[in-house]
Amino acid sequence: MTTPDFTHFSPLAPAYDDRTDSDDVPIRSARLRRWSETLSLLRGHPGFLLALAFILFVLLAAAMPTLLTRFDPYATVPLEKLRAPSLLHWFGTDELGRDLYTRVVYGAGLSVQAALLAVSIAFIGGSTLGLFSGFFGGRIDAVIMRLIDVMLALPSLLLALVIVTAIGFGTLPVAIAVGFGLLPGFARTMRAEVMRVKTLAYVEAARLGGAGWGRILVNHILPNASGAVVVLATLDFGVAILVASGLSFLGFGAAPPAAEWGTLIANGRKFLITAPWLPLLPGMFVALAVFALNHISRTLEEVSK
Amino acid sequence: MTGTSQEPIIDLTDLSVRYHSGNQIVDAVKQVSLTIAPGEVVAIVGESGSGKSTLANALIGLLSDNAEVRTGTIQVGGEDMTHASEGQWRTLRGRVVGLVPQDPMVSLNPTMRVGRQIGEAVERARGPRGRSLDADVLELLEQVGIDQPVLRARQYPHELSGGMRQRVLIAIAIAGQPELIVADEPTSALDATVQRRILDHLDVLVKGRGISMLIITHDLGVAADRADRVLVMQAGRIVEQGPPASILRAPAEPYTRALIAAAPAFRAPLSQIGAKPVTATLEILRFEAVSKVFALPGEASWFGRGPKPLFQALDQVSFSVHTGQTLAIVGESGSGKTTSLRIALGLDKPTSGRIIFEGRDITGLGWNEFRPLRRRIQLIQQNPFASLDPRYTVFESIVEPLQSFGKYTAAELQARARQLVDQVRLPRLALNRLPRELSGGQRQRVAIARALALGPELLFLDEPVSALDVSIQAQILDLLGDLQRDLGMSYVLVSHDLAVVSAIAHQIVVLRGGRVVEHGAAGQVFGNPQAAYTRELLEAIPGRVA
Repeated sequence: MTTPDFTHFSPLAPAYDDRTDSDDVPIRSARLRRWSETLSLLRGHPGFLLALAFILFVLLAAAMPTLLTRFDPYATVPLEKLRAPSLLHWFGTDELGRDLYTRVVYGAGLSVQAALLAVSIAFIGGSTLGLFSGFFGGRIDAVIMRLIDVMLALPSLLLALVIVTAIGFGTLPVAIAVGFGLLPGFARTMRAEVMRVKTLAYVEAARLGGAGWGRILVNHILPNASGAVVVLATLDFGVAILVASGLSFLGFGAAPPAAEWGTLIANGRKFLITAPWLPLLPGMFVALAVFALNHISRTLEEVSK
Repeated sequence: MTGTSQEPIIDLTDLSVRYHSGNQIVDAVKQVSLTIAPGEVVAIVGESGSGKSTLANALIGLLSDNAEVRTGTIQVGGEDMTHASEGQWRTLRGRVVGLVPQDPMVSLNPTMRVGRQIGEAVERARGPRGRSLDADVLELLEQVGIDQPVLRARQYPHELSGGMRQRVLIAIAIAGQPELIVADEPTSALDATVQRRILDHLDVLVKGRGISMLIITHDLGVAADRADRVLVMQAGRIVEQGPPASILRAPAEPYTRALIAAAPAFRAPLSQIGAKPVTATLEILRFEAVSKVFALPGEASWFGRGPKPLFQALDQVSFSVHTGQTLAIVGESGSGKTTSLRIALGLDKPTSGRIIFEGRDITGLGWNEFRPLRRRIQLIQQNPFASLDPRYTVFESIVEPLQSFGKYTAAELQARARQLVDQVRLPRLALNRLPRELSGGQRQRVAIARALALGPELLFLDEPVSALDVSIQAQILDLLGDLQRDLGMSYVLVSHDLAVVSAIAHQIVVLRGGRVVEHGAAGQVFGNPQAAYTRELLEAIPGRVA
């Protein structure tokens, strides 16, 4: 029997199933539907697609740079040094005649690795701390949050410098340092979300339905609390690229022959007057990557609302 | 009271309003004509989405930006305001039309003293008042029946109760001495007795000043009690209008008849309530002198020294629930009814007293000891909009308790889910829906199905219909009644609404300030109430007189 109030389906809901009411109505999981709905919402944002395309390009450059350029990033050609951008050398060449575009493409590898590692450390560490803190509350919460407060009290670049000085130079130490700087934000966001979701009626309903805390944590609290944290992760990916490049610009990152975005800008700085493309083009490339990530994260935030 | 010779304050002719949102077009009001004469009290009754609030907003120029007046004219106080600018409206608001908004909890500025908020309204309507402003504010507070006006004027909204806040809003509405008051669901957020007092007071104010009033409400009872003329709205049209007596006695439209049939106040006449047989059956749950004392946070001294202020939520409460029957716990906000429910569910521990479930003391049980009982004791929550995980489909929500309690194959789960949606009368294809695609009534059905999944013997209903429209309320109450008959479950119903209680209760406990003031069979409590408080509650049910 159909009930009279069954006519108020939200207009958002497409007609998924026009079959008659019978035993063989297949029961499906919501997961696939959520993804397809989110994707169809995102298709309406042209800026998002542009930003996504750029980020995919960066990721491709990091994974398989040989696909994007035919030059060798380390091959010096003294005759061709400090050439302005041309059809052959899209970003020009540096003081040793190396193709700058190639070096930017190869540099993506180290920069993206560092940023991914940093965000992973911050995401996993911060979310776990925030989850415990928000979920258990009381003393555990107090101890964890005071630690986070101490980390927040130190300027993140200073903290990163201290960590890098302590554990040595290079891409990996830089990534760890940046990750620790980003960790408090994740912890706080996760804690706030968990505390919000924990008090909602459906969590109580599941609890009264006999579900243990582990089950509730995995099935209800984590999925409903993680939206904001995922958005923050995209945003902080950009921040991580920026800070990691900043640290290698200061000379804490990859050693000179290796191509890395920060070192590229640092080297080009000496030729700012005579060959402005040397620092400016890699700089703009970094800026574009960060803008694109910001835009993606903002769109995700809007869509998730 | 109707002065037909005078010019009407409100004259709507053939008004249609349409909303544009995205690609969607919603015709909220369709060709409505309405006049309100000076001194007349008119009520518009309808369910959510019937267009009654849009109509009220059109009368005070508060239509949102995506609304478009397609046809018709709006005349207010003799002036054509159909396409008036915000500036023109401002000259009318407060002075000609005053609004009493819907929710007193959010309609006052939380960072401003109450007196200043009223003072603002006075000055806006009558110009700068200088020193006499304070006197004006106090006079208004007295008029709306607030005691200690000097003290109240200096307080902030959070220091006032819901009823007092609503009175303050009324004071703001009459500050400019308007000719018409538009009251948009003025009391639906308040307890029944407070609601009655406020409406009585509004009546007196309106009659005393000879001004008109337009009441927007979903409650046919309120409309029938207060209005000279009742208009019934459905899907943007006025389907019926007339004096309340004739509408109630001889409704012409099927929709009106459905509304009357659905309104709990008109469903079961008092005489019939006693007809529900209270046969002696086994006891399933018993409260023995249960008390609960809360320590209030905040005001205790540092380091926990010194006595903390205490709040006695429950004081020696005893009652028992019988198998297959419904015990209703009735009381206003703060009476301790939710606390007793939480204690019975093992979510809170009582300070003293015992809770006996089927002869077994379950008072001190820890979470794990209580867990097996969860199969037998379940809860339906108050707000179906919050009680379902937004990421879970109906199927996933319903079978969750089964998954928590044991290993079932996918086929078993699906079979049980199909059986459950049949029981709560949802179509089977609803199993694949997400909560946001369901209406409030459907969500509550899903919540009921989830509670039924484990086959409980005792079901707690925490205000199960208070968040729903009147006609949906009736459907859900019918469903609960049928389920009780078919499955032989016992209910403990917690509600502030006596009309709802009368529909399904066998036994009634009336709580006030944590104490049981009356306890007895439903027929006896309704027919021959002993406590003065119960009588007050009964009289407060709107629509009883008509």
